[in-house]
Amino acid sequence: MVEITLRVNGTEHSVSIDTRVSLLDLLRERLGLTGSKKGCDHGQCGACTVLIDGRRANACLALAVAQDGREITTIEGLADGSDLHPLQAAFIARDAFQCGYCTPGQLCSAAGMLAEGGPSAITGDLAADPPLTREEIRERMSGNLCRCGAYVNIVTAIEDVSG
Amino acid sequence: MNRVEGLDKVTGRATYAYEHTVPGVAYAHAVPSTIARGRIRSIDTAAVLAIPGVLAVLSGDDPPELGEDVDPELRLFQGRTVAYHGQIVAAVVAETLEIARDAAGALRIEYDAEPHDVRLRPDHPGLYRPETVNPGLPTDVEYGDVAAGLASAVVTVDATYTTPVLHNNPIEPHAALAVWEEDGGLTVYDSTQGASADRDAIAAVLRLPPEQVRVVSPHVGGGFGCKGTTRPSAILAALAARAAGRPVKVAVTRQQMFDVTGYRTPTIQRLRLGADAVGRLTAVAHDIVEQTSTVREFAEQTAAGTRVMYATPNLRTTHRLVRLDVPTPSWMRAPGECPGMYALESAMDELAHAAGMDPIELRVVNEPDTEPESGLPFSSRNLIACLREGAHRFGWDPRHRDPGVRRDGRWLVGTGVAASTYPSRRSAAQADAAIDGDGFVVRIAAADIGTGARTALTRIAAQTLGVSPDRVRVEVGDSALPRAPLAGGSMGTASWGSAVVKACEGLLKNGEHGTGDTTEDVEADSKLARHAFGAQFAEVRVDVDTGEVRVSRLLGVFAAGRIVDPVLARSQLIGGMTMGLGMALMEGTVVDERFGDFLTDDLAQYHVAACADVPDVEAVWIDEDDPHLNPMGAKGIGEIGIVGTAAAIANAVFHATGRRVRDLPITPDKLLGRSSDDRA
Amino acid sequence: MKPFEYTRARDAAEAVGAYRPGSMYLGGGTNLVDLMRLGVARPDLLVDVSRLPYDRIEEADGGLRVGAAVRNTDLAVHPVVRARYPMLARSVLSGASGQVRAMATVAGNLLQRTRCPYFQDVSKPCNKREPGSGCPAIDGHHHNLAILGYSEHCVATHPSDLAVALAALDARVLVTGPGGDRAIPMPGLHRLPDDRPDRDTVLEPGDLITTVELPPPPPGVSRYRKVRERASFAFALVSIAAVLDVSDDGTVRDCRLALGGVAHAPWRAYRAEEALRGAPARAEEFARAADAELAQARPLAHNGYKVPLAHNLIVRTLQELL
Repeated sequence: MVEITLRVNGTEHSVSIDTRVSLLDLLRERLGLTGSKKGCDHGQCGACTVLIDGRRANACLALAVAQDGREITTIEGLADGSDLHPLQAAFIARDAFQCGYCTPGQLCSAAGMLAEGGPSAITGDLAADPPLTREEIRERMSGNLCRCGAYVNIVTAIEDVSG
Repeated sequence: MNRVEGLDKVTGRATYAYEHTVPGVAYAHAVPSTIARGRIRSIDTAAVLAIPGVLAVLSGDDPPELGEDVDPELRLFQGRTVAYHGQIVAAVVAETLEIARDAAGALRIEYDAEPHDVRLRPDHPGLYRPETVNPGLPTDVEYGDVAAGLASAVVTVDATYTTPVLHNNPIEPHAALAVWEEDGGLTVYDSTQGASADRDAIAAVLRLPPEQVRVVSPHVGGGFGCKGTTRPSAILAALAARAAGRPVKVAVTRQQMFDVTGYRTPTIQRLRLGADAVGRLTAVAHDIVEQTSTVREFAEQTAAGTRVMYATPNLRTTHRLVRLDVPTPSWMRAPGECPGMYALESAMDELAHAAGMDPIELRVVNEPDTEPESGLPFSSRNLIACLREGAHRFGWDPRHRDPGVRRDGRWLVGTGVAASTYPSRRSAAQADAAIDGDGFVVRIAAADIGTGARTALTRIAAQTLGVSPDRVRVEVGDSALPRAPLAGGSMGTASWGSAVVKACEGLLKNGEHGTGDTTEDVEADSKLARHAFGAQFAEVRVDVDTGEVRVSRLLGVFAAGRIVDPVLARSQLIGGMTMGLGMALMEGTVVDERFGDFLTDDLAQYHVAACADVPDVEAVWIDEDDPHLNPMGAKGIGEIGIVGTAAAIANAVFHATGRRVRDLPITPDKLLGRSSDDRA
Repeated sequence: MKPFEYTRARDAAEAVGAYRPGSMYLGGGTNLVDLMRLGVARPDLLVDVSRLPYDRIEEADGGLRVGAAVRNTDLAVHPVVRARYPMLARSVLSGASGQVRAMATVAGNLLQRTRCPYFQDVSKPCNKREPGSGCPAIDGHHHNLAILGYSEHCVATHPSDLAVALAALDARVLVTGPGGDRAIPMPGLHRLPDDRPDRDTVLEPGDLITTVELPPPPPGVSRYRKVRERASFAFALVSIAAVLDVSDDGTVRDCRLALGGVAHAPWRAYRAEEALRGAPARAEEFARAADAELAQARPLAHNGYKVPLAHNLIVRTLQELL
């Protein structure tokens, strides 16, 4: 067992954990934050996406013990109190989800993605920051699988916020 | 009106099966067999029980007493026989998830392996004719004289199409939390498409009266059929909780899902079509080979669509199964129609090409007056209207049908069309409705697996009550609610909505509460052929050097009765089409015949469409007023979106490249040749 | 996952000092944690090197020094990398997903293991995982495995996109370890499998990658192109890193070609390069060069498509660089 301290959605947590515990399981099983989802446990679906120090990450691939001192934002911390994050509001308005299981990961991923900037694999001129077209959004959001097939609406919702 | 549970879903508050909290929970992890057939010689339980934190080991060494007349896949730990690779043969219960999983991996099991057979082939000596195919349809339908029809044809097609093992892969893996109450009752928080049926199945397996079992499933992270039947995870949670004397959670890992949560059977489909000089079908023969397990029979109704689509004097459709040493196949979105219509609609495209006809016109000249199989009148059928509307919207050009000639730089460009169909059924349901403060509450054990059932039923109730939807609260996802059929067969809205309307009508009469039971209404439904129809249009681009296929446009036009909620309907239809895109281009589980297993059992190896694969898919519908369906006038829309998509895309790939790929998925290797001699 | 100890190193010496047999270094964890959960990796001790002071990208001697702990995303979006090494940036951006790239380190990317399905399944034999147990891929599902340089013991491919670009750029990998410091020229970090497929690289136990050194970008224009079965978030069937420098007279002054997805290591196409130097820069010569390289290819029963794919990709990419 190892002692770690991390901040989750602005609240400091000191916990004693088995080194094997993933950040995702720490959130879900120990801290009661079940908004982050487990879809594959191998970084292949993106349902567990959270922000670590503001950057998107697969919480299933992050060992909790290695996150000591980090600042974690989960879906539960995306809204500002009762005011939804613009992405959350846009996802509702655009019906950008069906079963909802990939949704927290999509939202955290989109929030991280919008903060990233820079080029993507499909950007023509890598030296310039490209406009965030629908094509660019699709490429940048491809780490979040949606089996219900809500991608068209997800892209529109993100465009609402970025555009 | 937005989805009523939308706020819960975007804030992470929507609670799925594994996420319900109860004090003192322990964790179970399943141990899958590593042979495909044989017997367990020994299980070294003691070594694992010695691991600190391990509470119990479940296995056939100590078989629980389970009901007999149940799905044999649910009779866990009953013997030492292994029927397929990945079958659950033991489980470890422990204090934590980490200990349970590590201990499960450490459990040593010795097997006596026997030779296995997992290869589906058209000449398999074990092929047999099942008594019926799902859901009770005739195995074979034959009328006229197919041989004579083919002999008299001016143009014929004789082609074999294959589809691979497909896995539903909802993003939420199956999970269950079981809590035994002091009075002997059991509550299972389960990921299920139908709380009522799940409760009954769990009760039967555990030999409990159904009223002692409660299934709770307010939110379900997708299913597409694989959560339509009770899965071993629910039984395992209950058995483990009993063994540990504590509530127990079980999550099926993504890898385990490939083996124990169902899949779509692979199919081998031979299509023979004959047509006369004007394109009228002189014969249709659709002969299907597919698999089931040695555990129980599952007979996919792959020819079902062929029996309703086109007029022909000579028709034969057959299904043959073989029992292999594989997990039992199960439902996956549009079972039957989805793989079957891929083959039929590909063959129709081949026929159009062979006859020099526009594929839309070929379908138009073969429009039947009545349902071909039964001779029954259609309650409504607007396939031609869908084709025409789609052709207009898509900019379909019937004149440029020569394959392999449209180029845009290094891309070959092609377009394809295919028809869709799916039956419009309903089954009996119960609901109740009552005054609730200044509003109303409607209760029904429906399931919202992402279809928007809560929202659609809210709308239906509000409309019946003549009030605004925000005054109606609909409770679903609990077997304690009035009994309802599961979310499947595109029957949810039709079945549940009928009961909700009835309950709300009762409330209006009574003034306080109303109940609805549609058993008699459903029995009294007139004999008609009820189906939704649609037309799918695809434009693809194929990289001439690499064989990469990109779908650049995808349009579906559907005729599905009255659309209850346009936003939800569009999402459902687009979702089905997106899954169809994946089926066309990338989905398929590799079977390793030597190990007898599903080899590519994760989401890095089993590709589902990612965001970058999916263009701005469009789904629209035509107005269809069908008074013979249900009070809403609605046909189901959950499945028709996937039907025909793969054929439309495959037909477009043929149009782009001149190459007809008859074995899905259409991956680059199937289109590759040396392009260096072909430099534009 | 079996129980293990965890320690976080503050500098390279401490990391190497903490290393003992059974230890593994932890970077971003995107492949290691994945493999630990599968039971493929079973370390007794994880030495966390993700916070070592190798997190900077610095210009030096006309080239670039990239710290081993730099995150993939940070490498790809670095202005100097984008402007001067666009092929490198695109190779990184072509790998995995936005989330994985934001977590994964440069060294971790290079040291990720094959995605051969048999390697990842501990219930099956695999010479890479358990030397001497056999290779079921050779006669099994090897649709996306090697066509070049494999052995009877292993037909795995290396999955990194970054490594392919580094192989074409003549990068050097700086290593410190129990045996001291050394520099390994790319593509020399990764090995062909021969009779030791358990060894992916030439690193010795305890060796720690600290820095990747890039020489000044080669003259000419460059490109990275990846072909896969999904438009994004998939491993390469075949990928290519290509640099082409054409003289005023229209002949090839120099070129660099490296292929991914075809071998146990990023495959530097030296024969094709040799065939091209001094040749007219046109499609027929590109095709001839591709043939020269791929004459060595020995496709397995079910991955023969990779030969025309690699051929087409070489020709097409070079044409696009004209």
